[in-house]
Amino acid sequence: MKRRIVSLLALTTMTATMFAGCGGAASNDAEPATDTAATETEATEAAAELPADTGKVLNIQCWNDEFQSRLKAHYPGYEEVDATHGKIGDVDVVWTITPSTDNAYQNNLDEALLAQESAAADDKVDLFLVEADYALKYVDTDYAMALSDLGITDADLADQYKYTQSIVTDSNGKLKGSSWQACSAGLIYNREAAKEVLGTDDPDEVQAAVADWGKYNETAAKVAEAGYTMCSAYDTFRVYSNNVSGKWVQDNKVVIDKNIDKWIDDSKELVDAKAEDTDDLWGDDWAKGKNPEGKVFCYFGPAWFFNFCLNADDPASIAGQGGWGYCVGPQSYYWGGTWICAATGTDNANLVKDIILKMTTDKGILKDIAQQDADCVNSKTVLSELAADDSGNLDLLGGQNPYKQLAEGAEKVDLSNISAYDQGCNEELQKAIKNYFQGNATKEEALDMFKKAVVEKYPELTAE
Amino acid sequence: MGLHILNSIYCNLLIFQLVPLATTIYNSFFENYRSGLTQIGPNFVGLQNYGTIISNGDLPTYFINTMIMWLMGFIPQILLSLLLGAWFTDPSLRLKCQTFFKTVIYLPNLIMASAFAMLFFTLFSDSGPINSMLMQMGVFKSAYQFMSHVWTVRTLVATMNCLMWFGNTTILLMAGMLGIDPSLFEAAQVDGATSTQIFYKITLPLLRPILIFVMITSLIGGLQMFDVPQILTNGTGDPMRSSMTLIMYLNKHLFSKNYGLAGALSVFLFVITGILSLIVFKFTNSDKVK
Amino acid sequence: MDMAANTTIAGKQDTGASVHARRVVSYVVLILISFLCLFWFYVLFINATRSNSELSLGFSAVPSTHFVENWTNLKNGTLPILNGLINSLVIAFLTAGLATYFSAMTAYAIHAYDFKGKKFMFTFILMIMMIPTQVTVLGFLQLIGKMGLDNNPAALIVPAIASPAVFFYMKQYMDSTLPLSLVEAARIDGSGEFRTFNQIVVPLMKPAIAVQAIFSFVNSWNNYFTPALVLHDDTKKTLPILIAQLRSADWLKFDMGQVYMMIAFSIFPVIIVYLILSKHIVGGVTLGGVKG
Repeated sequence: MKRRIVSLLALTTMTATMFAGCGGAASNDAEPATDTAATETEATEAAAELPADTGKVLNIQCWNDEFQSRLKAHYPGYEEVDATHGKIGDVDVVWTITPSTDNAYQNNLDEALLAQESAAADDKVDLFLVEADYALKYVDTDYAMALSDLGITDADLADQYKYTQSIVTDSNGKLKGSSWQACSAGLIYNREAAKEVLGTDDPDEVQAAVADWGKYNETAAKVAEAGYTMCSAYDTFRVYSNNVSGKWVQDNKVVIDKNIDKWIDDSKELVDAKAEDTDDLWGDDWAKGKNPEGKVFCYFGPAWFFNFCLNADDPASIAGQGGWGYCVGPQSYYWGGTWICAATGTDNANLVKDIILKMTTDKGILKDIAQQDADCVNSKTVLSELAADDSGNLDLLGGQNPYKQLAEGAEKVDLSNISAYDQGCNEELQKAIKNYFQGNATKEEALDMFKKAVVEKYPELTAE
Repeated sequence: MGLHILNSIYCNLLIFQLVPLATTIYNSFFENYRSGLTQIGPNFVGLQNYGTIISNGDLPTYFINTMIMWLMGFIPQILLSLLLGAWFTDPSLRLKCQTFFKTVIYLPNLIMASAFAMLFFTLFSDSGPINSMLMQMGVFKSAYQFMSHVWTVRTLVATMNCLMWFGNTTILLMAGMLGIDPSLFEAAQVDGATSTQIFYKITLPLLRPILIFVMITSLIGGLQMFDVPQILTNGTGDPMRSSMTLIMYLNKHLFSKNYGLAGALSVFLFVITGILSLIVFKFTNSDKVK
Repeated sequence: MDMAANTTIAGKQDTGASVHARRVVSYVVLILISFLCLFWFYVLFINATRSNSELSLGFSAVPSTHFVENWTNLKNGTLPILNGLINSLVIAFLTAGLATYFSAMTAYAIHAYDFKGKKFMFTFILMIMMIPTQVTVLGFLQLIGKMGLDNNPAALIVPAIASPAVFFYMKQYMDSTLPLSLVEAARIDGSGEFRTFNQIVVPLMKPAIAVQAIFSFVNSWNNYFTPALVLHDDTKKTLPILIAQLRSADWLKFDMGQVYMMIAFSIFPVIIVYLILSKHIVGGVTLGGVKG
């Protein structure tokens, strides 16, 4: 089938690109044809638009080797050469991995994309990866290609969760990226503590006790009475911030949404009542709740969190004893995920398109990813299959199959209010408000500090 | 004059620092930053960037923070270094295992600041060993949050800086002391001078150039203090920016590649450093022996 | 050089007692300081033996059993750590060697010769020292981009040859210990400028050169800021960049045990270099080799 696209292309494009077209055909030869019917239908639409691949080098920008290992394990025809080089057919794949520490990844990507036009064909970026918090910084520019320009149709993407697309939709409504992950997240509770405080550890009944913020706060008070800490105020931040009613920045002005304001007030009350603490995520103090002695009621997190961040390999941990439970929590939200974007100016458009399609829409591949790499994948069909299947039962959750809740959460996540400033605003707000939580400043002073920090970061904005 | 040729080569190499400096000053007169991937400017704005920095009034605060944390670390550091230097060179003490001690004191400098800070976090966290020790001793009833009190944060920053750099200073001083002609010490001893007298009358005066070096470089290093408080406070300088240094503030503007404001800020920094270095120079050279 | 021979009997007893007390004090202080200095290495070592789960629970004073496991994981991971080690070594050695030699030479020129603009040059170099790296790094990146040195280790080594702080120390050291009469004597003997510098000045400057060589080496070794912006190929990266990369690994691979193992691994070579060079600083080299 691949061959057909290419031959069609060769006919419709000028003779000058004929040879290049043949090169493309040769490269595509190497891939086994494993496509589904969905790609078959769009192939004809795409053919008219995409020029044949002329590039011999596929440049991929990323910050770690996550996507590399997915591609290696699941993309048909990918051969590894060394840690930063691979081959797909006769196209060389070059990985540029820049750590995200100190914003180095974005700095590097910025320069690469700004130089894209003048760069030699073999140096042009073809694919780059982004995270949700700053996706719009890249997506809402001409440096990222619309998926429709690659010939990827809505029908191809119909099985994806809506929220994963909101994150990479630009201000003109064009979809410019795609992810293989759907990291819907929820509340991971300590079953022992739930039995002690609520008299039950059944996911549905615990869910009823934390179904909204009012109930959550009541439960937190009971939890504190029993000598537990609910969690850190910073655990709940993402839940509130994913459910705002407006964007962070409106008409170049920073606006503090009422749900963010609610987070501040709710959390301050709980912190003062010692029902929540103010530990930074990933710190030693925050991590202590992974063991029973830590006396923490819950964490907030998605599938990757309970699979990899709860120390399931340690028999002394709660996870090691199968002592966690999972429910959706007060509001639906997501945490994490990597999006693939095609860079404008790529000379491997067909290959890029095929990578995006295979890695983010091919149900067979997505199911493999879910089972081999424990990613919660971006496919409604695959998640519902997993929810119905006993293989989804997890020991660390006491045998619970979390896919039902994960799928339910992913449906409900609504990210229509995401903005290009989310990363900076969310980070700075959490940092500044810590002063208020810890009693070093009033709420107004802390918010002023936040505004000052945001304007330093984004000089084009005003805060008052 | 082969040396002079090399000398000019050396100066040419300074271009790597001079050209960027010129660019920095030039940029300070422009509005020049990135909004996402969009470049804003450069538009000539005259002294507006300087005006912004003066009018928001943050500069003096961060300058004072920087100086406080620097002095808190530097004073113990230089005293300790002088003391150790004096002990090591004092012939009447005849300390054993000198080589061991001399070698060990520099070792903390070999650890990357980021790794060092990671260890500090672990030690001073709420559930960390320092807190549990203090609680067992009955100093505190519940865990003391070291990172949320102005003076403990500043003390931690100063302690880390002191620990990382006192060995460095001691070695600089010791190398200087080794260069002093030993016959001077012997002559003094023959004349019946005590070790305290030898230290004040021979070692210190002869060490003056090295001491000036230590003072100036520590001052400059202090004004450029960045990595330790940056990592320890996660870039916030909390509580309420009481541990935010000048360069941390500068760093905030580099996020948006705000060359204009950052440029103006660097010019201020440059002037402050120049003035303070000049004062140290004048102060230490006032009763010049030579 | 026995002090007692030259003092009165009363004086001897007096000093004897106070020397004893001072010695005790200094030993106590020195042992305390040594503990504070070595403690971090102990904790690093302990942490390198612990698994990610154990590390996430905070401090421990006793080693765990994952030392070999961490090392195997690190070695078999995708990061080219041996390559990184070699890159770090090459860059740090060249930087340290070139910076100290050329700075000493420049300092010598300014110390021993009178020429027009000497004072200006001295002040100028000092001024350069006052510019924070954070400020100039952006201009620096543009500059090396234009020179075609992006992604080239030379962009880290060549500029380091001009190191104002090293120069300043050399100059101050010469002021304090290098008598001009010695240089004069060599000149009268008909020694060429290069020979005078290499054969007379350099040996006299040994402690200073060793000190600055160590400092430059360590600075370059631990530098993350500039290399991370200059080097892009995995095969060219230095250890601190690889450590940062390990720390920003995705959750599937994130393993603090490996991070600590890598930190420990990257500290070893510097310790060795330090121990070799430190002989010249702490080993009792004296001026002109005369010993009383």
